[in-house]
Amino acid sequence: MEMFVSFCIVVLLAVIAFAGVELVNLQFLFGVIIPYAAFAVFVIGFINRVIQWGRSPVPFHIPTTCGQQKSLPWIKDSKLDNPSGTLGVIGRMALEVFFFRSLFRNLKTGLQNGELKYTGTKWLWLGGLIFHYSFFIVLLRHLRFFTNPVPSFVSYLDMVDGYFKSGAPHLLVTGWVLLGAVIYLFLRRAFIPGVRYISLTADYFPLFLIMGVALSGIIMRYYIKVDIVSVKELTMGLVTFSPVVPEGIGSIFFIHLFLICVLFAYFPFSKLMHMGGVFLSPTRNLPNNSRMRRHINPWNYDVKVHTYEEYEEEFRDKMKSVGLPVEKE
Amino acid sequence: MYDGGKIIIGLIIFLAIVTFPFYSNIGKANVKPAPDLNTPAIQELEEKKCIEPTGYMRANHMKLLKQWMDDLQEFDKDTYKASDCKVYDSSYDTCMECHVSQKNFCDRCHTYAAVKPYCWECHELD
Repeated sequence: MEMFVSFCIVVLLAVIAFAGVELVNLQFLFGVIIPYAAFAVFVIGFINRVIQWGRSPVPFHIPTTCGQQKSLPWIKDSKLDNPSGTLGVIGRMALEVFFFRSLFRNLKTGLQNGELKYTGTKWLWLGGLIFHYSFFIVLLRHLRFFTNPVPSFVSYLDMVDGYFKSGAPHLLVTGWVLLGAVIYLFLRRAFIPGVRYISLTADYFPLFLIMGVALSGIIMRYYIKVDIVSVKELTMGLVTFSPVVPEGIGSIFFIHLFLICVLFAYFPFSKLMHMGGVFLSPTRNLPNNSRMRRHINPWNYDVKVHTYEEYEEEFRDKMKSVGLPVEKE
Repeated sequence: MYDGGKIIIGLIIFLAIVTFPFYSNIGKANVKPAPDLNTPAIQELEEKKCIEPTGYMRANHMKLLKQWMDDLQEFDKDTYKASDCKVYDSSYDTCMECHVSQKNFCDRCHTYAAVKPYCWECHELD
């Protein structure tokens, strides 16, 4: 049901963009107003979300400890998996952000010949890594629509990505890899019963949305062509704050753009915020120095204590009069 | 805010990345490229049109050229029947009869859109 609803929403979104452009001629709305609005929602929403997280106290010192803690000098500590200082934390974060190390360490529990075994499962890690990197490269490649002259690294990326020099326009591998990876991530969710059981609309929707973005982009590049110069005129108009909507851009472009706008606007309110959140996960970004430094819960109430010295000071006479021993005469 | 300094530095980096297209274009005008259509062959044409309608050519010329190349290489077919039933030699030279110059025609839009077709790895420049 969740799956079906998400799928329908994405199809509906594409239909809205198509109808809006084809039937009602709302090119300016879909080409200028919605992109600006979506970008504003994305940036403000993102910052707001991160600040909200920043204001939440971390009550406990909870680094994940996947190796030997630093203790006695003759016990070898695991500097990356159980970092004790800032440098180690930076190393661990870098491994997490660039290589998804915690996912790499993912284990599967199962029975093998009647024995309980923990085996590594790398498929999710591999699929996720390919998905994120291909999406990243696709995003960088799109800088060619937002810069003029185009920086050399974007052209270089295009050259490497188009290594096969196949067809005209030449095949760019990452676009297809992105679509393949997102389909893999979806199939995994749909066919592994355990994963399916815990999947919600909020899990399926981004997958279908990204699938829609990738698919519409691929269709636009290879099949239903649009005039790319007019498209760049539109995108450059957006980034130079002199918006124009040139005549004769095909609806497939507006479908692609609208799906991206929805993705951007949806971003700050969804699980996609793990882009910012990964940097703020206490289990990853805290050094395991709990035996060196005391972590105080930030919301600890400043408790008023009445020490024994103060107690005795207050009741010394009474204590003496009933014969109770006192420490100070 | 807890660890406010670090979080704000992170947010500034985030802003610097996502607004890159905006600030890198400050002070630049959005100038559309103008491929040179003022060539003798085009001047002589009664009706100024390419072999297919302009909109189609703008979006699909690369597919057409690839089709021509495949036709020639695979089927030895060296003519193209346009949608208005006129027959053309499906050759790079047919394009260049009118458009003359790679530099003044092809490259203008290709540079703008950062497209590097591999036509000229075999065909002669200009």
